[in-house]
Amino acid sequence: MYVAVKGGERAILNSYRMLDAYRRGDTSIPELSLAQIREQMPLAVSRVMAEGALYDPHLAALAIKQAAGDVLEAVFLLRAYRTTLPRFGYTQPADTARMRLSRRISSTFKDVPGGQILGPTYDYTQRLLDFSLEADGDEAHDEPLLPAEQPVAASMPRVTDLLQHDDLIDQEPIPPGDPAPFDLTRQPLSFPAGRDARLQNLARADEGFLLSMGYSTQRGYGNTHPFAAEIRYGALEVDMFIEELGFAVTIGEIELTECQMVSQFSGNAQEAPKFTRGYGLTFGYGERKAMSMALVDRALKAGELGEAATAPANDHEFVLYHSDNVEASGFVQHLKLPHYVDFQANLELLRHMRDEQTAAQAAEMPHILADEAVSS
Amino acid sequence: MNAVNTTVARDDHYNFAYLDESTKRMLRRALLKAVAIPGYQVPFGSREMPLPYGWGTGGIQVTAAIIGTEDVLKVIDQGSDDTTNAINIRRFFGRVTGVRTTESTREATIVQTRHRIPETPLREGQIMVYQVPIPEPLRWLEPSETETRTMHALAEYGGMHVKLYEDIAQHGHIATTYDYPVIVNGRYMMRPSPIPKFDNPKLDNNPALMLFGAGREKRVYAVPPYTRVKSLDFEDHPFRVEQWDQCCDLCGSTHTYLDEIILDDQGTRRFVCSDTEYCADRQANGHTGPALTVDAEASV
Repeated sequence: MYVAVKGGERAILNSYRMLDAYRRGDTSIPELSLAQIREQMPLAVSRVMAEGALYDPHLAALAIKQAAGDVLEAVFLLRAYRTTLPRFGYTQPADTARMRLSRRISSTFKDVPGGQILGPTYDYTQRLLDFSLEADGDEAHDEPLLPAEQPVAASMPRVTDLLQHDDLIDQEPIPPGDPAPFDLTRQPLSFPAGRDARLQNLARADEGFLLSMGYSTQRGYGNTHPFAAEIRYGALEVDMFIEELGFAVTIGEIELTECQMVSQFSGNAQEAPKFTRGYGLTFGYGERKAMSMALVDRALKAGELGEAATAPANDHEFVLYHSDNVEASGFVQHLKLPHYVDFQANLELLRHMRDEQTAAQAAEMPHILADEAVSS
Repeated sequence: MNAVNTTVARDDHYNFAYLDESTKRMLRRALLKAVAIPGYQVPFGSREMPLPYGWGTGGIQVTAAIIGTEDVLKVIDQGSDDTTNAINIRRFFGRVTGVRTTESTREATIVQTRHRIPETPLREGQIMVYQVPIPEPLRWLEPSETETRTMHALAEYGGMHVKLYEDIAQHGHIATTYDYPVIVNGRYMMRPSPIPKFDNPKLDNNPALMLFGAGREKRVYAVPPYTRVKSLDFEDHPFRVEQWDQCCDLCGSTHTYLDEIILDDQGTRRFVCSDTEYCADRQANGHTGPALTVDAEASV
């Protein structure tokens, strides 16, 4: 007999075991520890925390291990866990000027107050495979760096603050009444989407998607002439106001990467020409994502600034509905599920229409033959 | 024979039915609104679920919001209780609720489905929960959500009639075979989820409550019991459903939706009921199809 789908439950349970074995690989090789992943794959951990929308390096490392290194699967695991967490409250707004900086660069000014700090970056590495890493050679490397002669300032103004001081950049005042921001994780996205909703969406968005959308604006699909006014990466204390105490207390420290792009706005009848901002922020160290996010944020402002807004990156629905990799990955991969009922419906229609066409052609055939006989 | 009733021990690491109570309340409010405005898509704060988007997260959230300890749950995919996705969702609810699950449509109080409506007629008090990939019937005509919401507000559905007309002009038929658009209660155009149009007539005036959940698109909608659901058509091109020249190979049914099963690479194929529980039930009641008749003859 041919009942094709019996035994599914056992197949599923067996697939779990096969997956475990696949993920573990050769058992004669030592197993990865979460600490190893957290400490030695910090960029993967950062990405999973950013797109998983949960700051927890330990759980992100667990997700990466469980997902066998598939970052999108790890993001999904973290998101699914995140929904089960209670919400205690909201922290105070983070002031990134107070960041304990590991890196800070500006491409718009040669020197800026606080200076440029290159920090740990792949930017100027020559991309040659380092074969010394091959033989567990990490430990053999140089002695630790001596501290810089000048300590990094505890608080460093952002370049956009300097521009704002000169009134050269769009002001971003707190809206009247300082309303609570939209919460993307609790409310469905609706349009027109406010900047709060947009930035939340972009902060969780897939890095690859934002990279391509940002790139498209540079290649002419919605030109924004961007400059990286400032990129900074470092650690920031998170404060929470405790009602019972009547003051804010520091509840921890998180790493953040922030990017502020500025692009020119040619002005209109009401407004003088000025610079406009694009903003990017990610958990951990995620410079490519922060920069891409800033480009896309600026592109999404085009309509409000009265620009043409005809490029894909300017289209709010297009960008915001397709940016989430948990949604996209699920829906693309749902094509693996059985569709044979719908396929059968299509098959029936197709056969029916082909039969009709064959019948119609057969009906016309004698005339064609007759015509050919005449012409020859 | 059928009705393999099972109760799995509940994993109490999670709240009953996985979602927290405030999320369930939010969902129930959205569902009440959906029932009050039949066919209208109600936005809701869809949550990430531990199953992927596109794999039934909308239906799962709806079921999680309405299920109680006394409920009996049936889950089908493509009409079958045995497809891997149906098994997985049933296992999920077994784990997070501990409720009784069943394959019997009659016994179930909640039937979560993907792509089919059971052949066994539903009764009052039962709830069908549909997994919906794309809730918007006008989506292929207009990609923008802002636009389609306006079109619904104005009941501006001419575009869909034009599309169906163009099908007829081009192919001689309406070329939509599943997810065939309907008008609910004379007002809202609705996607019935990708059920074959064969199942559309079952939606009309059905005594059961129909709830639709689209998790990724963050919408729920509903057809209350005994509500008019009309499949779009024209006077001179009335709505018609799929028909087969064959009967079910196992139970001999000529009135059910059939799946085609390819047996070899020579074009040999057989047809069997897509609703496996209904088919098994018929066989248990002595109905046989050509396959079983041949087997019986061979063994004599």
